[in-house]
Amino acid sequence: MNMQVISEAPSHTLTTEDLVIRARALDLTFETNDGPVHALKGVDLDINKGEFVSFIGPSGCGKTTFLRCIAALETPTGGALSVNGMTPDQARQKRAYGYVFQAAGLYPWRTIAKNIKLPLEIMGYSRAEQDRRVAQALELVELSGFGGKFPWQLSGGMQQRASIARALSFDADILLMDEPFGALDEIVRDHLNEQLLQLWARTNKTIGFVTHSIPEAVYLSTKIVVMSPRPGRITDVIDSPLPKERPLDIRDSPEFIEIAHRVREGLRAGHSDV
Amino acid sequence: MKTLFSVLTVIAVIVAVWYAACVPMNIKGVLDQVERGGAVVVPETPKARRDASAFGLVVNNAFAIAEVWSVERPRLPAPHQVAVELWNTAVEKKISSKRSLIYHGKVTLSATLLGFAIGTGLGILLAVGIVHSKVMDMSIMPWAIVSQTIPIIALAPMIIVVLYSIGVQGLLPKAIISAYLSFFPVVVGMVKGLRSPDAMQLDLLHTYHASAAQGFWTLRLPASMPYLFASLKIAIAAALVGAIVGELPTGAVAGFGARLLAGSYYGQTVQIWSALFAAALLAAGLVALLGLMERQILKRMGEGS
Repeated sequence: MNMQVISEAPSHTLTTEDLVIRARALDLTFETNDGPVHALKGVDLDINKGEFVSFIGPSGCGKTTFLRCIAALETPTGGALSVNGMTPDQARQKRAYGYVFQAAGLYPWRTIAKNIKLPLEIMGYSRAEQDRRVAQALELVELSGFGGKFPWQLSGGMQQRASIARALSFDADILLMDEPFGALDEIVRDHLNEQLLQLWARTNKTIGFVTHSIPEAVYLSTKIVVMSPRPGRITDVIDSPLPKERPLDIRDSPEFIEIAHRVREGLRAGHSDV
Repeated sequence: MKTLFSVLTVIAVIVAVWYAACVPMNIKGVLDQVERGGAVVVPETPKARRDASAFGLVVNNAFAIAEVWSVERPRLPAPHQVAVELWNTAVEKKISSKRSLIYHGKVTLSATLLGFAIGTGLGILLAVGIVHSKVMDMSIMPWAIVSQTIPIIALAPMIIVVLYSIGVQGLLPKAIISAYLSFFPVVVGMVKGLRSPDAMQLDLLHTYHASAAQGFWTLRLPASMPYLFASLKIAIAAALVGAIVGELPTGAVAGFGARLLAGSYYGQTVQIWSALFAAALLAAGLVALLGLMERQILKRMGEGS
């Protein structure tokens, strides 16, 4: 059924070079004291280069788990998953992706610039290259001039932007974001969403984005993956017809409302057959 | 200003209680003394006084109260007696003199610092092992805990005797007893500190494909710093106690421990109390020094304003 949904979508010309993430019949079962928990069951999904894919669904639907599988932070118990044509763990060792967590998780003992430098130090870039990339990443998230500050001197939204800069600094093609704006207020969130779209347009990265928010998912994505819990699975995949250029007031347009409606229907359907 | 006033009030209360306590503690000795001088005391014989309550004696012989704060060998010396003794033995005496508290302090301090260094180094190494190896976690930690349940006063003579029999004596045995007491808080604190990074921060390093060593130097070690300093303050005080205890059973001739022992042999309570206060002042100074280092280092690590 999931395959069908994908093939219904407006046709992309799929060459293997375009395909960044490919999941087939992906299963993940956690063994707990209360018996096995099906975090993911039969997940099929293709993500192409340059796409902005949102994963939306209620708690326990496996959206974060799926993202963590792509990042090789979890190991699937069944099915196939490839990232850039490799296994997720090989891709991780090749530093194929940057990961942004829900909390900024900046080291309090490092300045913003030094925090962004952290992955570069670990990956063994030269001093000069580190400085160049830090400046570039700070500029991308509009934090130039804040490199010398410590995290506690910045607002929550600025901290999260710094953590995005940290994920961008080593210039991986894939950016995985796990509810990065979940802890921020609506106004800051709108602003960061707008910035994220600009950043995506400039860098042409492939982005996987987990969210709870329907407007956020519809506003940002070229593809929306609707998931439902127990067992965690995909119930709908929506290819957004919205143009790549998206001012904030696009959210009042009929197309936007229609997609949001379809997402809501998908979420409701997922709930009714529990 | 208000804080200073409160602090001074507390100190004044402590000193007042101390002076008051001298009265019942020292009254019997004072009465024996004044009776020998020809005064009339109630009750009259030392034997009868021995069984009488100290408070009754004070009430019946109020004229002698003033004497309790200037007895030569009091049960409880008055604060000013201790202060005078401290001044005489720490400041007036030449440092090279065997009766100088500074001289004894230096002996104890050198054992304390060596023991603290050994204990801290050992504690950090053990903590690193425990955090990175499950086998070490399960095999070392229980022994570390057991080691602290044995009273050091029972163990110290054995450590000294065993080391003496293999030809080790002088500073090192005392330092080892110091280290024995001071490694434990460092192990406990550092294990907690090295484990303080949460799952998300460890996941983040995993996404960078960082090695365990990189994780240690960039994340675990800096994250453990506040824990380390809390432990070090306990450890340095414990190290000082260890050094003093190490001086007791050896018949050492120098150090605060030797000073305490000599004082108790000859009933020199003033000497005992002044050595105790000197040790307490030394410990306070060492802890304050660590506090200063902590503030400097954590400031550089971006803590606070």
